[in-house]
Amino acid sequence: MPLPDKFGHFGPFGGRYVPETLMPALFELEEAYRHYKRDKVFKKELDFYFKTYVGRPTPLYPARQLSKKLGGHLKIYLKREDLTHTGAHKINNTIGQVLLAQKMGKKRIIAETGAGQHGVATATAAALLGLECIVYMGAKDTVRQEMNVFRMELLGAKVVPVYSGTQTLKDAINEAIRDWVTNVETTYYVIGSVVGPHPYPMMVRDFQSVIGKETRKQILTAEGRLPDVLIACVGGGSNAMGFFYPFVEDQMVKMIGVEAAGAGLDTDEHSATLTVGEPGVLHGMMTYLLQDKVGQIKGAHSVAPGLDYPGVGPEHAFFKETGRAEYVAVDDKEALSGFKLLSETEGIIPALESAHAVAYLANIAEKLPKGTIVVVNLSGRGDKDVAAVREYLRRKSDD
Amino acid sequence: MTRGAQAVEKAIREANKRGEAALIPFIEGGDPDFAATEDLLWALAEAGADVIELGFPFSDPLADGPIIQEAAQRALRHQPTIDQFLDLIARLRQEGFKVPVVIMGYLNPFFRYGLEAFAQNSHQSGLDGAIIPDLPLEEAKPWLKIARKHRLASILLAAPTTPSERLERIARSSTGFLYYVSITGITGTKEALPEELALKLDLAREVSPVPVAVGFGISKPEQVKALSPHADAIVVGSAIVKLIAEHEGEKSKLPEIVGRFVKELKEATRR
Repeated sequence: MPLPDKFGHFGPFGGRYVPETLMPALFELEEAYRHYKRDKVFKKELDFYFKTYVGRPTPLYPARQLSKKLGGHLKIYLKREDLTHTGAHKINNTIGQVLLAQKMGKKRIIAETGAGQHGVATATAAALLGLECIVYMGAKDTVRQEMNVFRMELLGAKVVPVYSGTQTLKDAINEAIRDWVTNVETTYYVIGSVVGPHPYPMMVRDFQSVIGKETRKQILTAEGRLPDVLIACVGGGSNAMGFFYPFVEDQMVKMIGVEAAGAGLDTDEHSATLTVGEPGVLHGMMTYLLQDKVGQIKGAHSVAPGLDYPGVGPEHAFFKETGRAEYVAVDDKEALSGFKLLSETEGIIPALESAHAVAYLANIAEKLPKGTIVVVNLSGRGDKDVAAVREYLRRKSDD
Repeated sequence: MTRGAQAVEKAIREANKRGEAALIPFIEGGDPDFAATEDLLWALAEAGADVIELGFPFSDPLADGPIIQEAAQRALRHQPTIDQFLDLIARLRQEGFKVPVVIMGYLNPFFRYGLEAFAQNSHQSGLDGAIIPDLPLEEAKPWLKIARKHRLASILLAAPTTPSERLERIARSSTGFLYYVSITGITGTKEALPEELALKLDLAREVSPVPVAVGFGISKPEQVKALSPHADAIVVGSAIVKLIAEHEGEKSKLPEIVGRFVKELKEATRR
């Protein structure tokens, strides 16, 4: 039976743990989504924007230099989501959801954003489709990522700084949900990852599945067979889920999700939710969380702002539980070497998030048998991180 | 002595028999500190509270406005635990504290504690029930079963967006009372209540087998007076929490200040 079930459950995970005020809106959204998913016109429009606006299909690039550098015994491919419009996979989901919002007759779009990537992608889609857009962003993040604030404003969005709690992504989600509770009749909430209450994890997964579907087709053309290993970074987990999902039934394809170990798993400064977190309920879903012993949510940390979230998509929690995917973590330092490695060997500067996946591949390359086909999902480009990386490297050389 | 769902419902029905709506004041446990909470509970009881809603602070209170968010942040400084809350209730009961108390909190801390253990220990300590705003009907089944077993009030919420057929189903699953959320919004933010509220409450009471309490956005005695004929019980939260925040520095006077306000509210419940 396809998951989630009708309650939005993936085994024990997922669900709809939200205030009653939102329940009718979630039913309405689910019904609209199930309708338009099958609607020929909707599919055609989405396809049109994917091709002509987002730049799909994105290439599957055989990374020969990287393969050589890692021992020469592997066939490494990169799925180039970094080449999409706005520079990351986020746009696949926002075009889909904002198009859906337009069909549902909603005039007002809200979104949360951490580092600003999802906010920019939502503002982009809202500008394209002519809808009002408000983006909630932790006050700390608005300072750290002021260029993205400006980008969103250029695109006509209003950015609202959130001062509650830790003033980061999780609080921006809380505030977006509060806005939605208040303006539920006029407003569409565009969640940025495979998280939140049902139907979001399913819907975002489906919109992002274009990544995995293309990869499947492209690797079959290039190699005549399915890959052995898929590697993707996991924060909320949308790039990984979209990449993995079309391979779920192919048991021989190993799927590895790479979380951020930040300053180390033995510290409080990481975002390795699946690796060391425990089940609980946050933001409308049952999933793995970073929490203390009484169930208060802990702050997350990673050098990659897009991984900096104390929860994770419920379907990933389910994959972990059933063993369908493996979840591991690499720390800030390793991610930085992944960042440099790909820049130097292939001339591709990856997003720090995607650099985690590259770094993990570098860690295990030696152990993989000769001829193994590995595909790494390069979820975004690193332009946004260049200043932060320079700062980080300067500080390290000062130490 | 009766406790649990039965005690909560009885307290409301008794107020109704006296020609009043029941008054349910809310305070956040541990705000500004735990000793103050104990004194405040006594003050609420003396001021005429029929049932008390005691908030368990959570790091991410997504149904709450700034006033209760800040109260939660103040309370979290003391790293509260559920056992600490239950111990307080047990002690109060031994000291003769009779007013039913229900805990209001987001699911995760209870889930983490274990729902079965929480219900059992609540029953033993004399806590009468729980309101869990992020646990709607579809996800509530396991909790409803456990709460029933331990005779606790499992209070569900209905909102202005809830269709009538659904409201009826929610009311039938709710024990103690049904919590009707007056506005589409979060706690303590809107000044005016919707015009159709009285009508919606009348309709809810027609189909609900348990008393109907109204809350969210009710801050003034005038509003209490206007709503009393249409609700079995009235919840006032943010207005009280705000008062506590304003007088955080004068802890010894808090019970008196809060007590005076709650008394005023209680007087306004007379129909």
